[in-house]
Amino acid sequence: MKQSLIAAAIAASAATVLGGDVTGKVTLKGTPPPEKPIAPLMADANCGKAVSGTVTTRHFVVGADHGLGNVFVYVKAGLSGTKFDAPATKTVVDQKGCLYEPYVSGAMAGVAVEITNSDPFLHNVNFMKSDAGNTPFNTAQGPGAKPMDRVFQNPEVFVKLQCNVHPWMFGYIGVVGNPFFAVTDKDGHYAIKGLPAGKYTLAFKHLKGGEVTQEVEVKDSGAAANATIELK
Amino acid sequence: MSLTIPRGPVPMPPERPSSLSIRRSAPFWVHVLACAVVAATLALIVLGGVVTSKSVGMAVPDWPTTYGHHMFAFPFEKWRQGGVFWEHAHRVVASSVGALTLVLAGCVQATESRRWLRRLAWTAVAVVCLQGALGGYRVKLNDIPVFGISGATFFGILHATTSQIFLCLLGVVALATSPSWRRFGGPSGSTGPVRAHREVLGIVALMSVQLVVAATMRQQHAGLAIPDFPLAYGRVYPATDADTLARINQQRTSIVDDMPVTAFQIHLQMVHRILAVLLLAGVISLAARQRRAASPWSGWFRLWAILLGAQCLLGAATIWTGKLDAVATAHVGIGALSLLTGVTLGIALCRARNGRLAINPCDPTRGEIQTAAGEPIGAS
Repeated sequence: MKQSLIAAAIAASAATVLGGDVTGKVTLKGTPPPEKPIAPLMADANCGKAVSGTVTTRHFVVGADHGLGNVFVYVKAGLSGTKFDAPATKTVVDQKGCLYEPYVSGAMAGVAVEITNSDPFLHNVNFMKSDAGNTPFNTAQGPGAKPMDRVFQNPEVFVKLQCNVHPWMFGYIGVVGNPFFAVTDKDGHYAIKGLPAGKYTLAFKHLKGGEVTQEVEVKDSGAAANATIELK
Repeated sequence: MSLTIPRGPVPMPPERPSSLSIRRSAPFWVHVLACAVVAATLALIVLGGVVTSKSVGMAVPDWPTTYGHHMFAFPFEKWRQGGVFWEHAHRVVASSVGALTLVLAGCVQATESRRWLRRLAWTAVAVVCLQGALGGYRVKLNDIPVFGISGATFFGILHATTSQIFLCLLGVVALATSPSWRRFGGPSGSTGPVRAHREVLGIVALMSVQLVVAATMRQQHAGLAIPDFPLAYGRVYPATDADTLARINQQRTSIVDDMPVTAFQIHLQMVHRILAVLLLAGVISLAARQRRAASPWSGWFRLWAILLGAQCLLGAATIWTGKLDAVATAHVGIGALSLLTGVTLGIALCRARNGRLAINPCDPTRGEIQTAAGEPIGAS
């Protein structure tokens, strides 16, 4: 009996430490402007060979049932004062087909982001402007160059990377102070894993659509939180 | 031979013994060289316009080297990498223009007795050196805030405006070494230019303000702050409240990632449009007056009016084409040519005033001793 109680207590505290998953869907309300074909990419002597078909901008990625992709979901309040380990999966940003992949990603402040170049030609990774005191950098990555690690010390949503050799190339990283973040897929779905039980303010930020917040209570079994971003 | 002494203060003694001194003017080939440097500078300004239009100003992140190579030793096979070609070509042509300017100044120094012209040529050398440094520091201090704005924006605006100041300096050197310069100093034969020079210089001053406004617009990298013309967001003057700006920025999509539009940028573009209308109206009015007066200068004013008209049309086309690179760059080039035309026309008119030669072409009190045939004696 005593052993069962001890085992149950350990399981309960483990569940509290591990937390639950927060899942949901972000939808778009309103009509977004049409995406534009990136003509200079397709016309470029190098980039044109690296892609097939028409490549368009990715300002609004709208999927099934108005699901909105590339929304950065993060815990805006409720975790202050707590220190967490780095995420299990390293954030990797690749330069492929003369585009940053993924277009929007997330990273934890103080944890290295790996930037790679899968294209057989030169790119440069320019982080120009920071409103949060992160150190700008501008580094060339030639064909076959080793992946480079860059650390953003301070939370900043969003950090913008740009290639000046190919000016249509830009990507964004949401940098937050904890490992609990996600980016919606093309149909607007997301999942934040292992958020400790408690009450939080979740933020859903889209580059053009803006940000909405929602209060959510996470239990050991997790929580569901959907959001809608509305165009003006 | 008799001496005709004009009204006004006694002119300064010439640099050499007076009665035997003959003004030494640069030979015609110096004028040709000056014109060539002007043309090269105009091409350089257009090339710089391409760099900004394509947003590749940082395609080469180091200066004065290019990806670690000496500027003139950068392997040609590496040029053909996106925006690297345009930025590096801009630097190479800029260095060449700098060298040509130095050669021109040396030729003017060796062949000219007019001190002000020699000084002007060396001033052009100093300005082109400054211009090179501004371009270099625009790259090196790209991320460093300067007076609250990014180094890229601050130095970019200075670089853009200094380029056209340099162009105009060279234009005056070319004008002053031309065979026409002496003819401008003869009797004008018309009262029109006596007043027109002030209006021309006034328009040039306004064009200079327009240049700073335009450079600020381009260096903001906000794309088209107003996407329609002649209206602005469907109105005569657009709203700039927070909700309107949020809606504008949500609906804006471009290939290069333009910065969000701000109220300041919308107001700036409206100022640009208003100044354009005022400038065009001013030049057309002047051209019409010159034509009515059958002025010998009417052809130049007509050319100036045509340039301004083309510039306004290119400005509209920049908006209608969604800031197509070629159109936006042509707008930069014709703008530079319009300013150059205005400056050289204004200086020529100043010289033609009252038929006097002067050290300061626009100074009405300085004169010279002339023969009865109107030939000057003594250096100016």
